[in-house]
Formats: sequence, structure tokens, C-alpha cells
Amino acid sequence: MARDLSSSAVAREPLGVRIGLRVVTIGYVVMLVGWPTTLVFKNAFGDGLSSVSDALTDPAVTSALQLTATISVIAVLINLVFGVGISLLLVRYEFWGKRVLSTLIDVPLSISPVVVGLALLLVYNGNDGWFGPTLEKLGFQIIFATPGMVMATVFVALPLVIREVVPVLQEIGDDQEQAARSLGASGIQTFRRITLPGIKWALVYGVVLSLASSLGEFGAVKIVSSNVSGETQTATLLVQAKYEGFEQTTAYSVAAVLAFAAMACLVIVSILRPKEQSS
Amino acid sequence: MSIKVSGITKTYGDFVALDDVSVDLPTGQLTALLGPSGGGKSTLLRIIAGLETADGGTVTIEGTEATHLPPQKRNVGFVFQHYAAFKHMSVARNVAFGLEIRKRPKDEIRRRVDELLELVHLSQFADRLPAQLSGGQRQRMALARALAVEPTVLLLDEPFGALDAKVRKELREWLRRLHDEVQVTTVFVTHDQEEALEVADEIVVINEGRVEQVGTPDQLYDAPANDFVMSFLGPTTEIDGVLYRPHDIEVFTHPGIAGSIPARIVRELRVGFEVRLTVELLDAAHEEITVTVTRAHQRSLGLRSDLDVWLAPTHGAVVPIMEPVETATA
Repeated sequence: MARDLSSSAVAREPLGVRIGLRVVTIGYVVMLVGWPTTLVFKNAFGDGLSSVSDALTDPAVTSALQLTATISVIAVLINLVFGVGISLLLVRYEFWGKRVLSTLIDVPLSISPVVVGLALLLVYNGNDGWFGPTLEKLGFQIIFATPGMVMATVFVALPLVIREVVPVLQEIGDDQEQAARSLGASGIQTFRRITLPGIKWALVYGVVLSLASSLGEFGAVKIVSSNVSGETQTATLLVQAKYEGFEQTTAYSVAAVLAFAAMACLVIVSILRPKEQSS
Repeated sequence: MSIKVSGITKTYGDFVALDDVSVDLPTGQLTALLGPSGGGKSTLLRIIAGLETADGGTVTIEGTEATHLPPQKRNVGFVFQHYAAFKHMSVARNVAFGLEIRKRPKDEIRRRVDELLELVHLSQFADRLPAQLSGGQRQRMALARALAVEPTVLLLDEPFGALDAKVRKELREWLRRLHDEVQVTTVFVTHDQEEALEVADEIVVINEGRVEQVGTPDQLYDAPANDFVMSFLGPTTEIDGVLYRPHDIEVFTHPGIAGSIPARIVRELRVGFEVRLTVELLDAAHEEITVTVTRAHQRSLGLRSDLDVWLAPTHGAVVPIMEPVETATA
């Protein structure tokens, strides 16, 4: 009897149920994710490698990819700094409005990126936005320029670092930080030598997720970009423009580059994960 | 006076953790802050360390007004109940931390770390990570780490609380010897009266945010200031409103001893060398009290359930200083 109880419930499911569950799960993922993604690559390389390399060396494409890379890197850096700051604030300090802040951070997860774009437009546009005209007089253009697109991307990827770091900070507690303080370390020294190594892997994971999400951001950027080819057209915007302009190979090639970058991010994460557990 | 705490008050919302606490902890001694959980002793220790700020009152460490100093400026060593080991650093790096922060020369750090690891018997584990050590080893590492910076005072917050009974006993003997060797002013928090009685030079009993009594282990045990101190330091039983130690009551199998009280044995519980007798007093209230006798004593008198006996406090029995006077008038 005792032996029967100790074996897990899952293992005791009838064979048919187990196989059925596997087929359904695998089928679901293949039909929804695997197959469509494969087709993107297939279409990109359908006309041969040379047409892909032609497509990817088109100045409009290289400029779009560069812009996407620039925006993503800036957005990730901003989210990294503020993400760590906000996480520390949320975990280590008690203050009025903490729960409101915590809820606000999740807003980008639930709100449509298009709404984010419109909201930024309302505040920062150069004609009748709240800050837009003033900033434009001072020589800063936000909307229809890189700063606006960076802001949109930062907004959408905001929770990713925080949601990775907060649970780890909670788990490691503040004992080690207090010990460091009592041993003479200043706040900055404690952060650099104790806190940062403790949340290192969570940060890496959060950054990779943010990067993947930033590379693929479309909706919010679409609203705040003027979508001028070679100037304010990001890779995702270019994919849509090229697709609608019947330049299928270019569209698929760039889409494949984006998909590849996102997958590379995920592979990096899955390689990093076991290290995190064993440490 | 090494640490002078005066008028410290600390509240968390409605909860009063410390209520106007003043206490002097002498230089070079090993002092225990003893009391029940939630009584405020850990809070007091953390306020001395600067890890917590008091709502009112002052802390002076070796003549330096420290009330508003941040922890890193107080030169205290702090040891946490759950070790607070720096998980990503080797044992040697953990111990070296305070010295590295102070930018001491590399060879000096190495020498000092070697010395300290020798002192806490962890030399062969210098390159391990804390996760590869047992609880007792981790706590010894934490102690070495705290001692590395040559603190003015060493503060230990329930240092052995997370360890199993055997290791706990070993470590507290070791702490006593270590203190005799290092002679640094040490304050440790504990809720274990045996630990306090065994290790400390002086004990401060804290309960519900107040200091109940300060004294040497003998003073506290022999002359407890009140019922609380008496009952916290060991088992007690009550006759006519006066607390006695169960082993301070003598059992006679015949009447005629002056002042003896007739009673009947209800139950007996044998624990190792001692026998705990539950005895019903044959007075109007029929109170049940506990009396402890040795196994040999029980055998020689033939003490067993349903036997009529006569009880009298041993000559020189310990009672709280204040209580007999108050109850006599009541």
C-alpha cells in the first residue's frame, strides 16, 4: 500500500490518457507556433540564398534593422536601470502607494500596445500634446522620431525585468545586505558586491526577455513612428510595409531575421537557466 | 561602560516592541539578552547595530554617541540567526569582506583570514562555497567574518537558533571559549535560558519591551526579581501563591514536619534521572502542583501514585524577591 501511495499520480494515469495528452499538446504547439514559424523561414529562403542576401542588403532594410537594434538596446538599458531601481524600491522599502505602483507596472502586460502608442501621442505630440510643443521649441522631437519609439518600446517591455528581479530579491532577503552594511560596506558597495551578484541571473533573464520583446515591438511603435523608410522605419514596420507592397521575399527575409534573433534570445536563456539552479 | 542604551523606545504601528529601555552592557563581557519571542530583545540588538532605528532614546558605544550613525560607521560585528552568508563568495572571501571594504593590503587580508579560519576551525574549507557547509560551520564562518573587522562589540542574534540541539550545545561551549580568547564585548540574543545561564557573564531579561532584571546568571537564578524572571529561568510550581522550583520542595511520607502540607501523588513521570510527580494538595482548593525528585529518592521513599505525602519547601528554596512580601499581605 505504502509503495502505491508513494508513486506519483501522473505516472499512474492510464497509458492512453498519457499518449493522448502528449499528442494534443504537441499538435497544439506545432500548429500554432512551430509550423507557421517554419513557414516564415521556408518562404524567406524559397527563392534561394541570393535573393535573401539581396533583400537584406537593401539600404532600407539595413537601416530598419539598425534602427530596431538601436531602439532595442537603448530600451533594454533603460529598463535594466529603472527595472532594478523599481524592484529594489518594491521589495526593500515600505512606502505609501506601493501597491498602486506594483499594479501600474503590470499595466503594459494587459494593455494593448496600440493604446500605449496613442497615450504617448497625446502627451508628447508637437501640436497639442502636454509636453510636446514645449519640448519641440527646445529642439527635442519625441513623436515621429527615435525618442518616441524608444519610449514606446520601454513602456511595453517595462514589467519584464521587474517581474524577474522582484521574486529573486524577495527570496534572497536582506540578511546578506545587512551583514554587508554591518561589515562597513556603504549602500553602493553593498549593492555592487552583494545585491547585484545575487540577482545576476534574474537580470540576465529579464534583459533577454526585454530584448526579444523590444526587437519585435510593433503596435506602440507604429503609432509614434512616422514610418519613413530609411529614417523612422523599424524592422517590424518594414516587414508590414514590404508585405503590403508585394515585396514578399524582403518581408519574409526580415521576418526570419527577427524570428532568428528572438529564438537566439530564448536559446541563450535556456542555456543560462540550469546554471541559475545549480548555483 | 561599553554599550550604553538609554530610554530606547520602538513601536511598529500599535505594537510596542521596546518601551523606554535603559541598560548598560560592560566592556569585555559576554552578555545575554534573554526573553520570550516577540519580547523586543532582537529589536534592541538591531538598534544597537544600527540595522533598525529607535523612535526615541540614545545608544552610546564605547563613549561614542551612535544613535544616528549608519551601521557601517559603528564598527560592530553582527551575526544573524540564519547566517546571512554571502552565497556567491567562498568562505575565505566571506571572511575577507570587511577587510576588503576597508581596503587593507592584500597580504594582510590573507594573513588575517587564515588566522580567523584557524580560530573557527574552518581552514580546510576556505575555498568552499557556504552552500557546501553545514549550519554550524556556516555560523562559525559568519562569526569569523564579523570578527575580521575587529569590532568594538560583537552582536549575535539568536546565533544558534537554527541549529539542531547537539550542534547548538557544542557551539555555545565553543563561543564561551572563543570569548575568553578574543575578549571582545559580546552581546547575544537568546530565548533559551539554559544557553544564557551556561554562556553569559551577565543576563538581561527582557519581556514585553521592558527590562525585567539584569544580573549574573547566579543572581538571576538565586534571586529572581519577580515571577516572570523566576518562571522564565526554569520550571516552577505554585503553593499558596508563591513560586517554587519543583526540586526545591521536599517530600515526606510521614506527617509532623513543621509547616508541611498534606498532599496525595496523582501521577508520576520518569524522565532520565528525575521523576516528576504531580501532587494534589489536600486543602480546600485541591490544587495540583509539580514536584521533582531524583529516581533514587523516589525508590528509597517508595513514592508512587495514590500515596499520601507531606510537602515542605527545602530550607533555602529560591523564591522571587518581591513575591513573598506581597502575597503575605494579600
